[in-house]
Amino acid sequence: MSHLEASYFDFGRLESLSRGNTLLHRLDPRVKVLTTVSYVVAVVSFGPHAVAALFPFLLYPITLCIWGRLPLAYMLKRVLLVMPFALMVGLFNPFLDREPLLALGPIVLSGGWVSFISICMRVFLASIAAFILIGLTGMPNVALGLERLKVPRLFVVQLLFVYRYIFVLTEEAVRMMRAYTLRSVHGRRPGVRVFSLLVGHLLLRTLERARRIYLAMSCRGFTGEVRTVRVFRLRLADVLFLSGWLGLFSLFRYQNIPALLGRFAGFAP
Amino acid sequence: MHMSDALLSPKVGLTMWALTASSIGWAARRLQTRTAMLNVPLMGVAGAFIFAAQMINFSIPGTGSSGHLGGGMLLAILLGPWAGYLTLASVLTIQALFFADGGLLALGCNIFNLGFFTCLLAYSFIYRPLIGTRPSSNRVFWISILACTFGLQLGSLGVVFQTTLSGLAELPAKPFALLMQPVHLAIGLMEGAVTGLLINFLRKAEPGLIVENTDSHPLRGRGLIVALFFGTLLVGGGLSLVASENPDGLEWAVERTAGKEEISSAMSPLHRIAGRIQEMFSFLPGYDFTKSETEGGGDGESAAPLEATAETSVAGIVGSLMTLTLIIGVAVVLRLIQKRVGG
Repeated sequence: MSHLEASYFDFGRLESLSRGNTLLHRLDPRVKVLTTVSYVVAVVSFGPHAVAALFPFLLYPITLCIWGRLPLAYMLKRVLLVMPFALMVGLFNPFLDREPLLALGPIVLSGGWVSFISICMRVFLASIAAFILIGLTGMPNVALGLERLKVPRLFVVQLLFVYRYIFVLTEEAVRMMRAYTLRSVHGRRPGVRVFSLLVGHLLLRTLERARRIYLAMSCRGFTGEVRTVRVFRLRLADVLFLSGWLGLFSLFRYQNIPALLGRFAGFAP
Repeated sequence: MHMSDALLSPKVGLTMWALTASSIGWAARRLQTRTAMLNVPLMGVAGAFIFAAQMINFSIPGTGSSGHLGGGMLLAILLGPWAGYLTLASVLTIQALFFADGGLLALGCNIFNLGFFTCLLAYSFIYRPLIGTRPSSNRVFWISILACTFGLQLGSLGVVFQTTLSGLAELPAKPFALLMQPVHLAIGLMEGAVTGLLINFLRKAEPGLIVENTDSHPLRGRGLIVALFFGTLLVGGGLSLVASENPDGLEWAVERTAGKEEISSAMSPLHRIAGRIQEMFSFLPGYDFTKSETEGGGDGESAAPLEATAETSVAGIVGSLMTLTLIIGVAVVLRLIQKRVGG
């Protein structure tokens, strides 16, 4: 299987996880969106050299992965794929900030290394939170939740459309690339000119499809809003989930738990 | 390059979120009242197209590397600036959720850097005015290169600004910009060339398509775009003032590592008393007693912060291990409960 096809199927897998039926899957999408956003803000709001203080935030992804029966290894693999992009800029930190900050016996860590580690942890925590949101909720429900959170309807409908047709069009792109690869020498990548012809044809088909979709939807009375059978109502579980996590996040944010525990264990006066 | 959550402070991230959200709201309202219904499915499918096209890489001539389409300018040309902006925003949202490209807090920055500068600014002020009514293929090609390059240069400057304002990456603005701008010049040239070729192909294959779909009043939104641009500059300037008021150096770093209270409470009572006495006497400079007092606490003054850091760092490491153990404990218990419930 080519790299392209592999990434396509990988894309579908995250969504398929959201069809689970655990308590977490059944929570109101609004609650999950809000929890995720406040989690990310809390994680990111630490200073550049925070490392220990970020550890308690691991509780959230681990608990949710287990509770929601998301495959932990798969989620970790996805996060590792993301890491390199975000670390490019952070990699300069160890070279630029050489001020000693941490002393562990003979080893002295400079501020740059500490902040680099901190950046790594942030990437990890913030991206796994996004994957968990999708894995537990699914894109269509996230979009509907967003609509209930007063995100403009046009944007939400747009999100749903893009999401729906990504799978259709990616399949078409995969087919095109397979045809190209089979006919090309050594399966080389297309150059700019060939690429634009390939993609141009894909675009033409896309536009043709959009026209058909529009006609079909007009026939069925589409007026610009998405109607769902599902009723959004906050239940006790939703309220508990949201308030519980918000409470924990603010505890983790304002109390350095590892430092407290360390002091409790008698390592600092 | 996508802006990343890890390099972003909440202040900058949330400000950009607010700006982007309001511009999206504005774009949505504007489109809802004006455009025909045809555009809703068209926009959606065009966004999905960008996604699919990004999965195909092309080789960049002269180098061994490969690139893919960004698509902002293409969407703006196909759908008009506002619809293009909205469409690109939805593509970026899905990328942030599924691939953590950038991340959720950075989404505001990314939509702004990649969408606003390209779809709104570069399209409305470069592509649209220069393209004329019946452009030749050559003209389309070169103007789209110009517009894409301009948009991407601004976008990468945006990344530099947001990163520097956030203050998490140590790289100063100037070398960072010197690193980013040439890279994005190359990316912009390629993006422009691909966009130009695509547009020319479309004009040949389906004449009338592009003219048909452009916003019939392209000049109407310009005032708002300018206002948004200067608003961002203003907010950015204000933020940088606030940011520079932060105390700098090791002291600040130490304060942030462990939190203010931890440091002060982790210091021994002796240190604290010495510190307080010192504080008291610094109000009375030249007083004889001060000297001996600071000399007595002289060690304390230079060594106390480091010592305190060393202590908090050991405490921090032990504490982190304990935290991890606790979390793993919770995980194990959850698993056990699950097994029992699940049968």
